[in-house]
Amino acid sequence: MNQKEIVDQYFLEHRAKVLDIAAFLDRVDRCNEEETDFRVKALQRCIEELQTSSEGRAERILLLLSDQTIEPIESAGTKGASGAVPPTS
Amino acid sequence: MAYIDPHIHMVSRTTDDYQRMAQAGCVAITEPAFWAGYDRSSPQGFFDYFRQLTDTEPKRAAQYGIHHHCWICINPKEAEDIGFAREVISLIPDFLECDNVLGIGEIGLNKNSKNELIILEEQLALAEKLNQLVLVHTPHLEDKLKGTQLIMDAIENTNLQHDRVLIDHVEEHTIGDVLDRGFWAGMTLYPDTKCTPQRAADIIEMHGTERLWINSAGDWGPSDPLAVPKCRVELASRGHSPTLIDTISFRNPQAFLSQSGKFSIE
Repeated sequence: MNQKEIVDQYFLEHRAKVLDIAAFLDRVDRCNEEETDFRVKALQRCIEELQTSSEGRAERILLLLSDQTIEPIESAGTKGASGAVPPTS
Repeated sequence: MAYIDPHIHMVSRTTDDYQRMAQAGCVAITEPAFWAGYDRSSPQGFFDYFRQLTDTEPKRAAQYGIHHHCWICINPKEAEDIGFAREVISLIPDFLECDNVLGIGEIGLNKNSKNELIILEEQLALAEKLNQLVLVHTPHLEDKLKGTQLIMDAIENTNLQHDRVLIDHVEEHTIGDVLDRGFWAGMTLYPDTKCTPQRAADIIEMHGTERLWINSAGDWGPSDPLAVPKCRVELASRGHSPTLIDTISFRNPQAFLSQSGKFSIE
């Protein structure tokens, strides 16, 4: 596929996703809370990554959202994952 | 065109899903043992679940012309209690004798804890001892990168052949290392987490189709039992050949699963 074909096929879908992110951040802002949730901070770092011009954005964003430690943790206190690295880990 | 969904949890799906999958071309599935959304209160709960996978579910699938196979294990979310997990592991060898059981899975890590790792290593040792295929679950979201590395390191401490192990739920940040180390890789097509059909198609375009498959991992959470045919449509819309689409959604899973000696679509 060339660029025009890719944009023709996917532009509206991703236009909608950008608007979803904007509306989500607006929704968070309307809470008027002093402390920003770590997941929102992580998302803001991902948005900065989107501004880069080199290929590999998806991989770099996944790395931004990953626990970069290498040792097993002592015990699994929970079963779930939050999608971004919590401040304590 | 026929397809295989090599990872789907049909115990959590309705019979209507079997019907829709058959209508979309599904001829075979494999169902790994997994967490039910709650912790079982006894090893007997696992015994009954394994009977469901080896006896009940194949009959339900057969009504729609779908060949049902499965994998047996204790999943990492219920592996924190080592004593409990070992009791479940003791049940596994008998079930591996069943005709539709292809190997041990989906074993792996969830929160990357020490106890999870111990139980993973014990199940890898069992797979090695009994010459079983292995299907690996990699952790969710922020835990995936670290967990995938720990899992591959654990496998490399055994004599398991890498081409008899599939590392599932890969994404852009893990697939390269998985393939470079000689393992098979699975991409799970989920609406919110893991890969969308579009990103899976991107990954296929970047990494090729060798030792790679796609699956829906449909279960009781947000998931889509028709994700595999939707990814096939995505690939076709980009102009990919029927041969490539057949390779990723039929020939590759057939090749990996046939190493068990039990996989059949006849």
